[in-house]
Amino acid sequence: MSPAASRPATEPQPKASIESRQRPVLVDLGARAESEKAMIARARAVARIAAEHAADVDAKARFPQEAFEALRTQRLLGIMIPAAHGGEQASLATIAEIGSILARGCSSTGMIYAMHQIKVSSLVVHCGADTWHRGFMARIADEQLLLASATTEGGGVGGDLRSSVCGVMRDGEDFTLEKEGCLISYGAQADAILITARRTPEAPPSDQVMAVVTRDQYRLERSAVWDTMGMRGTCSDNFTFAGRAPAQQIIPTPFAEIAAQSMLAHAHLLWAGVWYGIAAEAVARAESFVRGEARKRPGTTPPSALRLAELLARLQQFKALVVAGLDRYERARDDADELSSMGFVVAMNSIKIAASQSVGEIVSQAFLICGIQGYRNDSPSSLARLMRDALSAPIMINNDRILGNTSNLLAVYKHDSSLSR
Amino acid sequence: MKSRIKDILKTTARLPVDVATLSDDADLYNAGLTSFGTVELMMALEEAFEVEFPDKMMNRRNFASVAAIENAIQSIQSERV
Repeated sequence: MSPAASRPATEPQPKASIESRQRPVLVDLGARAESEKAMIARARAVARIAAEHAADVDAKARFPQEAFEALRTQRLLGIMIPAAHGGEQASLATIAEIGSILARGCSSTGMIYAMHQIKVSSLVVHCGADTWHRGFMARIADEQLLLASATTEGGGVGGDLRSSVCGVMRDGEDFTLEKEGCLISYGAQADAILITARRTPEAPPSDQVMAVVTRDQYRLERSAVWDTMGMRGTCSDNFTFAGRAPAQQIIPTPFAEIAAQSMLAHAHLLWAGVWYGIAAEAVARAESFVRGEARKRPGTTPPSALRLAELLARLQQFKALVVAGLDRYERARDDADELSSMGFVVAMNSIKIAASQSVGEIVSQAFLICGIQGYRNDSPSSLARLMRDALSAPIMINNDRILGNTSNLLAVYKHDSSLSR
Repeated sequence: MKSRIKDILKTTARLPVDVATLSDDADLYNAGLTSFGTVELMMALEEAFEVEFPDKMMNRRNFASVAAIENAIQSIQSERV
């Protein structure tokens, strides 16, 4: 029987899960602030390395190896994990900031970092009471493991992560799983994959579990190569996955609950942070261009400065969106009812829509400022790669799918007009 | 009340499984209840039981099982009295 089915419906969350998510802010605010500042400084050092290799990563559509070696050296892959399991228990706001800083140097690096942390969040939020997964979290922190995700599938399922064709097959103490045609970003470089499947091959498509399978426990056969316009370094190839692992590696919480309670917020907020980083980099290049123009003709304000002033307002709006979303999550994170409420779901969906539109609009407005220098591939003001990367945002989980999900709620939903929420 | 809820589930929630096979505590999301299905279900419940779900109650837990739905409706009804 599933844990959710055996739990009385009136109990909001298992106790262990709440304990595992105690906020460090309640322990020592000063110490946490210092340690998180140090993490952000370490991320800046990594971002410089990522920026150096960004053009080559983009040109060759290769994994940002140098940046991930640096992330391991700086020990930034396990920071979300609670201190009790060997991590640093960083707040989501700090992790979003790191994703954004990395994205300013190399969008693919920022996005891979965000996707990894979204996977870690499933373990941190749902597996605090589970022996195997606690041990695995300690391994992530200790060995700086990189986690990938296999939630999509061929066979008509496509990008609908709440539906699976394949099912987990029990074989004694083990389970086996084969999944065809799944897109796995950096699948070939990951140390472990969190994969979804039906609870059993006979279960309905929506009755899913998520399992952790480590590199030594699966084989990947590449069926398509990621050759795209932007976000080329994420190496989101398609694979057929075949794995075998002990059954205890299946996360006890049903995937339906993981998707609703933690993945939705973590994904939309961390992605938004990465897109903000791309937009901020475009604005930084536009600023640098305008400063250069101003120095060429002292005494006159360059005409492009007006556009830049306009763009700064747009960037501030974007920043406020992400910051308010992170704040809302921090206040809701220990309240399972609030996290699954219609209002929260609509808010997170709306952040994804607004953020993914903002990044493209901001980068394209920056072209008006940088002009031909922005359009060139070889100038310091080039916006070309940023534009190509930004265009992935509205289709990374298609905005129409998300708007469709929100629109399905509107027959009963009433928005909260308060400014203080 | 549970049997009325099950009747409404059968006609509105678009579950891929037979509602009669579900226990009162069975997880409806695992049984395939989608967010759209929840909305359809909510509208039908509001009409059948002459209640209105306040914003605070529009969360996953209150629609997670037949027993949870019954609980939610009873708590709205008792607040009204």
